[in-house]
Amino acid sequence: MADAIHTLAERPSAPAEPKLALRDLVVMRRTASGETITATDRLTFDVAQGEFVCLLGPSGCGKTSLLNVLAGLVMPSSGEALLDGRPITGPGPDRAVLFQEPALFPWLSVLGNVELGLELTGVPASARRDIAQRWLANVLLERWADAQPHELSAGMRQRAALARALAADPDVLLGDEPFGALDAQARELLQREVQRFWVGSDDRKTFLFATHNVREATLLADRVLVMSAAPGRLLEEFRIHAPRPRDLDDVLIARVVSEIHTLLMQEVDASVAREMAR
Amino acid sequence: MSRARWLAEELGPPLAGVVGLIAIWAIVAAVTDSAAIPSPSVVWSAFLDGIRDGSLPDAAIKTLIRLAFSFVVAVVSGTALGLALALNGFARRAIRPIVVALQITPFVAWVPLAVIWFGATERAVVFVAIVGSFPSMALATLQAIRQVPPLYERAGRTLGARGWSLYRKVIVPAALPGVMAGLQQAWGFAWKALMAGELIVAAAHAGLGHLLDPRRGASVPTLFAALAVIVVIGVAVDYLLFGQLDRRIRRRRGLLVET
Repeated sequence: MADAIHTLAERPSAPAEPKLALRDLVVMRRTASGETITATDRLTFDVAQGEFVCLLGPSGCGKTSLLNVLAGLVMPSSGEALLDGRPITGPGPDRAVLFQEPALFPWLSVLGNVELGLELTGVPASARRDIAQRWLANVLLERWADAQPHELSAGMRQRAALARALAADPDVLLGDEPFGALDAQARELLQREVQRFWVGSDDRKTFLFATHNVREATLLADRVLVMSAAPGRLLEEFRIHAPRPRDLDDVLIARVVSEIHTLLMQEVDASVAREMAR
Repeated sequence: MSRARWLAEELGPPLAGVVGLIAIWAIVAAVTDSAAIPSPSVVWSAFLDGIRDGSLPDAAIKTLIRLAFSFVVAVVSGTALGLALALNGFARRAIRPIVVALQITPFVAWVPLAVIWFGATERAVVFVAIVGSFPSMALATLQAIRQVPPLYERAGRTLGARGWSLYRKVIVPAALPGVMAGLQQAWGFAWKALMAGELIVAAAHAGLGHLLDPRRGASVPTLFAALAVIVVIGVAVDYLLFGQLDRRIRRRRGLLVET
């Protein structure tokens, strides 16, 4: 039974300390032309421990800036980004990031890439190979361990990147449109893999993915946060209570997808109208 | 593809070019019939004479030892300087223009100063070769590091690399193809600067460049033979060592389009 509840207005008091928390987060960003733009505007939301949240919004709504702050790659202009209640000051082994590009290092083999991630988080040399091989097996790439990244298909590369990110056993996985550049089949396979890892991990990890794909967000997330066009604010929140693995053909899932889609399209139209009026 | 076929395809075109060049040379020599342009066969016998009396091998060995020393010093110091300039913005703004100035200064211009500072010695020649080649190594290293895609740096940092480990494990390996290009370029400069030094600093006895010195009163065919040896060594090292190394690195990374 799937149903979606809009909860932005209610804002129930969170029982435990959230895993991730944004408090009035403002991120300013310089464009290539030297202009300073507000990427996110006083953004506030929480992500609970073990929750799977998808951020949905038109392109340029500040999803990437927001994730960069949580990853510790960018400092907020004002407001706070908290991990377990403490301000984020830099990258850390507690958070892994999946970029839109797999970002595998081309000078290392596929196995070498996973091992490097383990090495950098301080896993002793003797344990690295086993863990890396196990993770490659998890993403069905054990036969490709000794290949170079360029020999893999785009979908396989992103699976290798997923293995590299999860091998170091982070608490939080941040994804910046991680499947955005993939073809439909590769995307579907990865969506299934990600669901499997998230559901299957015993101390359930916290996943926060940015996407512009409504179906993807609805398939994956406990909660979908819909953002406005730039500067990014929170427009609406959908809680999706549906058993997993989910199926897009499910009538209720389809209804949620169409509801979110309508909202998003309204926002895109409104933002175009705002642009025209300027 | 069989190995023989690969060799034929790999070496065929450049070999055809060389054969064509020698053919044109033979025709020009025959037409002009001047002592200033000896025919290929006369040069070949001068070359054999040089081998037989030991003067060419001796000169080549002397030169290659000087070259190896200068090149190693230039590569080590140039890479270190390039890395330092990439790491420190102030140093980069302060020192990079000076290195660029050194880079565009013709290396021959250093010869008189080198002679004043070190006398007409082997040290002066080596100095010229180092000064002539380390700036291009430093600038290539700097450039290679600054052109590393930001995505690699971001990925490295989120994987837990920071400070020195970020450089050692991510930035430097990512910059390697660019550093290789610098190495190849520095080799060319070191070779040319060394030849100029040996030619002018007469007291730096018995290098290959010295064989070109007209003051020695060497015969024209001997000059041609020495020049040919210089060219062949230069091309062989460039192609067989750096060219192959560069191809290997790029093939491993999927940067080489096989044709």
